[in-house]
Amino acid sequence: MPRIPVVENIMQANQVLAAELRQRLDAAGVVGLNLMASPGAGKTSFIIGTVNRLQHKARMGYVDGDIETTLDAERIAELGLPVVQINTGGSCHLDANMLGPALNELPLDELDLMLVENVGNLICPANFELGTHLNVLIASVPEGDDKPYKYPPMYRGVDVLILNKIDLLPYIPFKVDYFLRGVEILNPQLTTFQVSALHGDGMDEWANWLAAQLL
Amino acid sequence: MHELALTENLLEITLKHATAAGAKKVKQLNIVIGQLSSVVDESVQFYWDFVAKDTIAEEAELHFERIPATFRCHNCRAEFSLNGQPDFLCPHCQSVQVEVIGGNEFRLDSIDIE
Repeated sequence: MPRIPVVENIMQANQVLAAELRQRLDAAGVVGLNLMASPGAGKTSFIIGTVNRLQHKARMGYVDGDIETTLDAERIAELGLPVVQINTGGSCHLDANMLGPALNELPLDELDLMLVENVGNLICPANFELGTHLNVLIASVPEGDDKPYKYPPMYRGVDVLILNKIDLLPYIPFKVDYFLRGVEILNPQLTTFQVSALHGDGMDEWANWLAAQLL
Repeated sequence: MHELALTENLLEITLKHATAAGAKKVKQLNIVIGQLSSVVDESVQFYWDFVAKDTIAEEAELHFERIPATFRCHNCRAEFSLNGQPDFLCPHCQSVQVEVIGGNEFRLDSIDIE
């Protein structure tokens, strides 16, 4: 029985497509952000806080990946951004094949920044590159300080980590040092911000950093 | 759930290489899965039975080689695997100066055909 060597990354089809999407964004001068988090980490509030701080510095578009609803997209559309909804119909992540048609719906040539809100999930989105320039993970204090140890793939595959809801630190036994130690070991290159999207702590630092990436 | 999309990719790669080699049947897939890839081999097997139906790979056996998440300690140079411990400290010297050196794999190494 002959054995045929293959040695092919099983994600290659998605990676090829993601690279094409990134070229489209580059050609239009748009920086793409892929925002990932567990449900309830505060993704949408964080995006609203980010948009409010950057609206005089950057032209932004938003893509919402959600299993069923348009609730998040409606909240962001109120801010005056072009918004595209992708309902995955049960799938637990976005992939490059889903994002491609969404790019056709956005006025890319008129944008500087595209914010993609991925499906709320700490496992599946880590496997699927979207072609965005920055992968951002939003962790939050109520989820617990052991998450890097329990979900290493997600912490390993991102460029920026936001620790949200730091206003709750006095009320929740969350050891920031323990959390950050696991993060650092898994991903030494990671840029980290500690914020409260609701109250605004740390959000200016994050927004200024992001604005600098657009130049 | 993401294993469905992954398994469809796996089938596509398998059929591409099997067809190119003039195979009548695919007998086995040799798949490498790292512990840090967040892929569950039982789920891949479950979806495989659906997606491969009515193809030349329908009866193929999936053989999984699992690669543990492996760390190296910069302090004492020890290498150790992730085994449910609540932190990533070096088990020999308790150093925090460790780095991940393996476990991200998710690839199809080879296929056995006839």
